Amino acid sequence: MKGITAYGVYLPRLRLSRQAMVEANAWFDSSLRGLGKGERSICNWDEDTITMAVEAGVDCLSALPEKSLSGLKLASTTAPFIDRQNSVLVAEAMNLNSQIRTMDIGSSQRAATSALIAGLESAKQGNEIVIASEHRRTKAGSRAEMLWGDGAAALTVGDDEVIAQCLAIATTAVDFVDHYRGEGADFDYDWEERWIRDEGLMKIVPETVSTVLKSAGLVAADIDHFILPSDQARTPATLAKKLGISMDAVIDNQISFVGVAGAAQPLILLAKALESAQASQLILLLGFGQGCDAILFRTTDRIEHCRPARGLSGAISNRREEINYNKFLSFNNLVERDIGKRGEVDKQTFLSGFNRRKDLLTGFIGGKCRVCGTVQIPREKYCVNPECQALDSQDDFSFANQPGTVLTWTADRLTFDWSPPAYFGMVEFECGGKLMMDFTEVEEGTVDSGSKVSVHFRIRQFDTQRGFRKYFWKAVVEN
Amino acid sequence: MASGIKDKVVILGMGCSKFGERWESSPADLMVEAFEECLKDAGIERNQIEAAWFGAGIDAFNVGSSAMPLSIALRLNYIPVTKVENMCATGTEAFRGAVYAVASGACDIALALGVEKLKDTGYGGLPQRTRGVENDMYWPNLSAPGAFAQLASGYRAKHKVNGDDLKRAMAHVSVKSHANGAKNPKAHLQREITEEQAINAPFIAEPIGLFDCCGVSDGSACAIVTTPEIAKSLGKGNLVSVKALQLAVSNGAESGHASWDGSYLKTTRVASQRAYDEAGIRRPKEEITMTEVHDCFSITELVTMEDLQLASEGKGVKDVLDGAFDAEGSNPCQIDGGLKCFGHPIGASGLRMLYENYLQLQGRAGARQLPDPKLCLNHNLGGFPHQNICSISIVGPYD
Repeated sequence: MKGITAYGVYLPRLRLSRQAMVEANAWFDSSLRGLGKGERSICNWDEDTITMAVEAGVDCLSALPEKSLSGLKLASTTAPFIDRQNSVLVAEAMNLNSQIRTMDIGSSQRAATSALIAGLESAKQGNEIVIASEHRRTKAGSRAEMLWGDGAAALTVGDDEVIAQCLAIATTAVDFVDHYRGEGADFDYDWEERWIRDEGLMKIVPETVSTVLKSAGLVAADIDHFILPSDQARTPATLAKKLGISMDAVIDNQISFVGVAGAAQPLILLAKALESAQASQLILLLGFGQGCDAILFRTTDRIEHCRPARGLSGAISNRREEINYNKFLSFNNLVERDIGKRGEVDKQTFLSGFNRRKDLLTGFIGGKCRVCGTVQIPREKYCVNPECQALDSQDDFSFANQPGTVLTWTADRLTFDWSPPAYFGMVEFECGGKLMMDFTEVEEGTVDSGSKVSVHFRIRQFDTQRGFRKYFWKAVVEN
Repeated sequence: MASGIKDKVVILGMGCSKFGERWESSPADLMVEAFEECLKDAGIERNQIEAAWFGAGIDAFNVGSSAMPLSIALRLNYIPVTKVENMCATGTEAFRGAVYAVASGACDIALALGVEKLKDTGYGGLPQRTRGVENDMYWPNLSAPGAFAQLASGYRAKHKVNGDDLKRAMAHVSVKSHANGAKNPKAHLQREITEEQAINAPFIAEPIGLFDCCGVSDGSACAIVTTPEIAKSLGKGNLVSVKALQLAVSNGAESGHASWDGSYLKTTRVASQRAYDEAGIRRPKEEITMTEVHDCFSITELVTMEDLQLASEGKGVKDVLDGAFDAEGSNPCQIDGGLKCFGHPIGASGLRMLYENYLQLQGRAGARQLPDPKLCLNHNLGGFPHQNICSISIVGPYD
């Protein structure tokens, strides 16, 4: 059977202080005080399931020597489009080839493990990428708001040079409705936590675990890393004890400093296990939702040679504290903010025009002139070099991974932005070419002419009138 | 080889409305106000106008597209009227059309009128508007101050200028213009300000503060042009003649090629050199008496002084602070108060600036009158520092 060949992670940089959340909401529900420790990851206004998926995917590929992929599966319950395949958008933003098999998998908290199983059981040769990304909206002042976080992780699965071999797979499909999100609903509706634990997790999971272990000819005590995604902090350990798995093997759900990232949580925690695992260790990955998925892996000697550029530890440490709970409400459209008349401008996307410029907008593709070698973005009919101006002379040139430098910039407090001031400026790329771009994740006082930047796929605008959103690339200052 | 426009066309008359927050006035009201003054000044009848050029920059927003708003507002006699729009160079573009028509011999007397009614947006600053189907998908939502603030960052980096020194020079630009505008009854803002006020005003787009921005107003201005011979035959004396009319438009090199560093305005350098050549000017600093430049923001004016060769490159801060462009300086700039005090009704500005040149050359500028003006330069800049349209016109006495 196939195995994992690389992994990557993305967590939004912003971490909302739970104390700030409690201060805003404890007047209404004093029980929240008990959850007021640490922080959770929150998407910036211009991040969503798609942008995080792209980041996680790129991080994963950073550790994969052979970059060509045969498939991409995107697992999420919060994909922004119901009918427009989100995985294709992610694939194009990652500049993957257009022959790739793509699929969106959702509707369950075990979407990611089911996607991973499908990838592992696929007969197709070569590496396939499985990305899980989640940005769940929650009601203000809810327990879920306190415990959950936003994030994404990606894995590639293949036959060659695996870092963790898949040994066995088991699934139990049970319509146990611990929570649900019905058609047209913005938020989940859930049932009592204790009932979910006692009648759901404690009964369904052991059955699946027993099957997978039996199938591999192993016992619970052999497990080195036990992954049970859950926002019930103590349940994984309770289950491990019941199953006979060592307490040392239990992978923490990192509720206190990231939060539980829904359908992405299994892969985020698997990345965490892979990051710390040594060769020949057993990893048991579970996904719980309308039953249970169990996947058993054994790490190989290659595990220590495969490290993504960021990984989970990098994602966790790349953080900025946010103490303004109102900003979180605003970013998640949980409060109707007065956006001013400048924000009222129609944001319609003209789809035929979008399609013409898709290389630029999604892939961040510019051109390189065959005649003079000038690299440029956007690509136009004539070369931009005043000394050249050759016609139709440019080959595709990707700017997606190109480092740049700020030439000019400002912080604009007049224009509309979801998180003012709007930072933008002229970026000169080290490879040549320059572009007037939005900046994101700017900390006041850290940007100036000469600042180094990297570029990232982000939301550019929401068309709330028509349920569309535009994406484009933005510069992030590397501090 | 083309002989250029020098001394082929003269101004027969001009008019300019009061600029300001003209809540009570429609675009047509403003047009008529400027036109009535212009017609009287020219001393002709309306039906002697044979062709007209109409400039309005944000037509979809208020004035209305096509040439009809002008023709209807002025009840023109079914003559050819052309609507032009070229961002902030629109007013000068309208003037260019009328001047070229007369120079070509296609007509004897032509009208250029610009108007803009900005104060119907419901908020301050220029209206937020589309930049086209494709650009809207990836351009930042840059406001005008957001675009021009970058000129300051580019200038600072290139010339290694201390940010505080640049901010002080920018403040001086605005203080000077407010002092001039205080003497102009047609200006929107007629109040002096202090350097401290300018420096301490809240940021609009770093480092541009409130007083670094021009006003936002409604207004209209117009000109009637003809040949020197016809003007003389109509008994007109003290003729103001067109010496140069130039336009330079970005081709994308500034925004996409390494040859531009963000510290200056390429189009201004190109258009002004062409205008100097057309007018036969060799030493601009000595030969140009006064300038009306596109001070949409204080930093634009400062950098423009260098681009027009009225200050050496990198020395703009010093020259501004030394008062070279003050009313009593060597090259007075914005003697009427500039965009700073008039605001910038897009389609009207170029013609409003020309109106000041015209008054100065005719000795009719009242409290603002400069001694013995000769060559007067107008500069408009539409768009953004990295992608723009620059117009230059130079007028002077007809010899």
